[in-house]
Amino acid sequence: MDMKRGYYEDIELCRTWTSLFGLILLVCLFIATPFIIGDYNLYLINLIAINSIVAIGLNILVGYTGQISLGHAGFFAIGAYACVLSMLKLGLPFVVALPVAGFVSAGFGFLLGLPSLRLEGPYLAIATLGFGMAVTQIISHSEFTGGHMGLEAPKMSLGPFVANTSSQQYAVIIAVAFMMTVAAVNLMKTRVGRAFRAIRDSEIAAEAMGINVLKYKTLSFAVSAFYAGVAGALMAFALEHVSAGSFNLILSITFLAMIIVGGLGSIMGSILGAALLTYLQIKLQVIQEAPIIGPLLLDLSRSYFTPEGLPNIQSIIIGSIMIAIVIFEPYGVNGIYLRFKRYWKMWPF
Amino acid sequence: MNLFFDLFVGGVSIGACYALVALSMVIIYKTSEVPNFAQGEMAMISTFIAFTIMDGYGAGFWVAAALTLVFAFLLGLVLEISFLRPADNPGILGSIVITLGAEMILYGLAGWKWGANQNPFPIPFSEYSGFTFGAIRITEVNLWTIVASLAITLMLFAFFRFTKMGTAMKAVQQNPFAAKAMGIPTRRIMTFTWGLSSSTGAGAGMLIAPIATLDPNMMLDPMLKGFAGAVLGGMTSLPGAAIGAYILGLIENFFGGYVSLEFKSVVAFAVIVMILCVRPSGLFVRHYEKKV
Repeated sequence: MDMKRGYYEDIELCRTWTSLFGLILLVCLFIATPFIIGDYNLYLINLIAINSIVAIGLNILVGYTGQISLGHAGFFAIGAYACVLSMLKLGLPFVVALPVAGFVSAGFGFLLGLPSLRLEGPYLAIATLGFGMAVTQIISHSEFTGGHMGLEAPKMSLGPFVANTSSQQYAVIIAVAFMMTVAAVNLMKTRVGRAFRAIRDSEIAAEAMGINVLKYKTLSFAVSAFYAGVAGALMAFALEHVSAGSFNLILSITFLAMIIVGGLGSIMGSILGAALLTYLQIKLQVIQEAPIIGPLLLDLSRSYFTPEGLPNIQSIIIGSIMIAIVIFEPYGVNGIYLRFKRYWKMWPF
Repeated sequence: MNLFFDLFVGGVSIGACYALVALSMVIIYKTSEVPNFAQGEMAMISTFIAFTIMDGYGAGFWVAAALTLVFAFLLGLVLEISFLRPADNPGILGSIVITLGAEMILYGLAGWKWGANQNPFPIPFSEYSGFTFGAIRITEVNLWTIVASLAITLMLFAFFRFTKMGTAMKAVQQNPFAAKAMGIPTRRIMTFTWGLSSSTGAGAGMLIAPIATLDPNMMLDPMLKGFAGAVLGGMTSLPGAAIGAYILGLIENFFGGYVSLEFKSVVAFAVIVMILCVRPSGLFVRHYEKKV
C-alpha cells in the first residue's frame, strides 16, 4: 500500500481516496467560511493567512535549510512596496503585480543569500538583521516610496472583480495562501527540498554528496523571500496602507517566533504558529476588555504600573511563549500534535 | 578642519558606548556561544532603575549608578538561571530565540511599568561647557563618556588578566570540558558571566541615556550597533570587539557628517556585510572552518 514506485508519486496531491476526500472537505470549508462568520473575524483570518505565507517561507529558510534570518520584515516591506508601486506608477493589474512583488523580493533574497555562503550563526543573524533595518531606513527616507507617510494601496482587482470588503479579499488571499502552501509542501518533497535538508544537517557532507551549496543556499533565500514578498503585497491590500515604520525588527522577530512556536521544519507547524501568534497579538492589544482578567490587570497597572502601557503585555506573553517552547517543546505546537497523534494511533493498547 | 575634529570626538564618544555594549555581548558569547539579543533591554531596564532611584528616592548620581550596577548583576544572574540553564542544548538558533524572547519580556515590562514617555536622565556633567585642546573641542559629556567607557574596559581587562575568577572564566571559554575536569564550577561561572556582562551593559546604558532620551526604545539602536561592532571586530575577541565598535562609531559619525545624516545607520550595516564577506569571522579573529 505504502510502496512508491517513482519520485512523481511523492508529489501527487492526493494519493488516496481519503486524502482526496479530506482536500475536498477543506476546500468546501474555505468556501463556506465567509457565509458563517462575521466580517471582523474574516479580517482576522486574512491576517492569519498572510502571516502563514511568511511563516512557511521563513520555515523553508530556517527550518529546512538551517539558515538564520532576522530580516524578513525587509522582504515583507519590499514585496508590499513593489506591488503597490508597480500598480500605482506602472499601472500593472493586480494579477501581474502580485508575482512581480514576489520576484523583486526573491531577487533581493538571492543577493542576501550570497554573503550567507560564508557566514553562519551570529554573523549571519547580524547581516540579515542589518539588511532588514537598511530596507526600512531607505524606504522611509525616499521620496519615491512616499517617505514616512507611506502609500495608500489601490484596490485589489481581478479584471472586473474588485475586492473591497474583507470577505472579497478573503477569496483572493485564501486562494493565494492555499496555492503557496501546496507548492511549499510539494517543493519540500522534491530534489530541492531534499537538498535543503541535506544542507541543514551538514553543509560539508551535502557538498560531498554532490549538492551545489551555492545554488541551493541562494535558492532557499530566494524562495523564502518570494513567499515573504507575496505576503507583504497581500498585507498592503488587507491594511489598505503601507508605511515603512511597521516593518521593524519586532516584526522580523514575530515571524521567527511564529515558526519556533509552530515547529521548525514543518509546513503545518508554520500555519499553526502563524495562526496562534496572530490571534494572540490582535487579542492581547485589547486585553483590558477581556471579561475577568481585564479589570484585574487594569487595577494591577494602576497600582504598580502605568495603565496606558498595558498593551505591552502582549510582548511579555509572546516572549514567554517563545522561551517556553524552546525549553519544553523544541518541536513546537506541531511536536505536540505529532505526539498526540502517535498516542491515539495505538490507543487501546 | 573643525568639523573633522568635532565628528571625530563625537564618533569616539558614541563608539565608546558601542564598545561597552559589544564587550558585554562578547563576554557572554565567548563562554556560552549565545548571541545575547536581550543585552540592550537588560541595560535599558537597569538604566530605568537608576532613573527611578534618582527621581523617586532623590539619591545622588553616584549612589544610583552603584546600586544600578548591583541590580544589573542580579538581573543577569536571574535571566541565566531561569531561561538559559533549563534549556537542554538548544543550539545556536534556540539560544537566539531564548534571548529574543527575554528581550521581548523585558521590553514589555519596561513599557508597562514606565510607559512610552521620554524621561531626561540627569548626570552631573554639562552638555554645553567643555574643554579645548588646540583645534579639538570636547564637551564634558563626551569626555565623561569616553573616560568612563575606557575605565570600565580597562577594569574588565584587568579582571580577566589578574583575578582568579577571570582566569577561570577564560578557562571555561577555551575548553569547558577541560575546565570542568580541573575543578572549575563551569555552570556557576556561566551564571557569573551573565551578571558581569549585564553590569557592563548597564554601564553602557547609563552612558547612552544622557545622550539619547530615556524610553523603552532607547537601547534598540545602540544594542544593534554594539552587536554589529562586535561582529565587525570578531565575536570571539574582547579587544577586537571593542576596537570594532569604535571603528563603527567613527564610520557612522563621519558618514553622517559628510555625506548624509539620514542613511547614517544604513551605512554601518552595509560596511559590516561587506567586511564580513571578506573576513567571515570579523577583522581581528582567525577564521576556523568547521569540521564535519
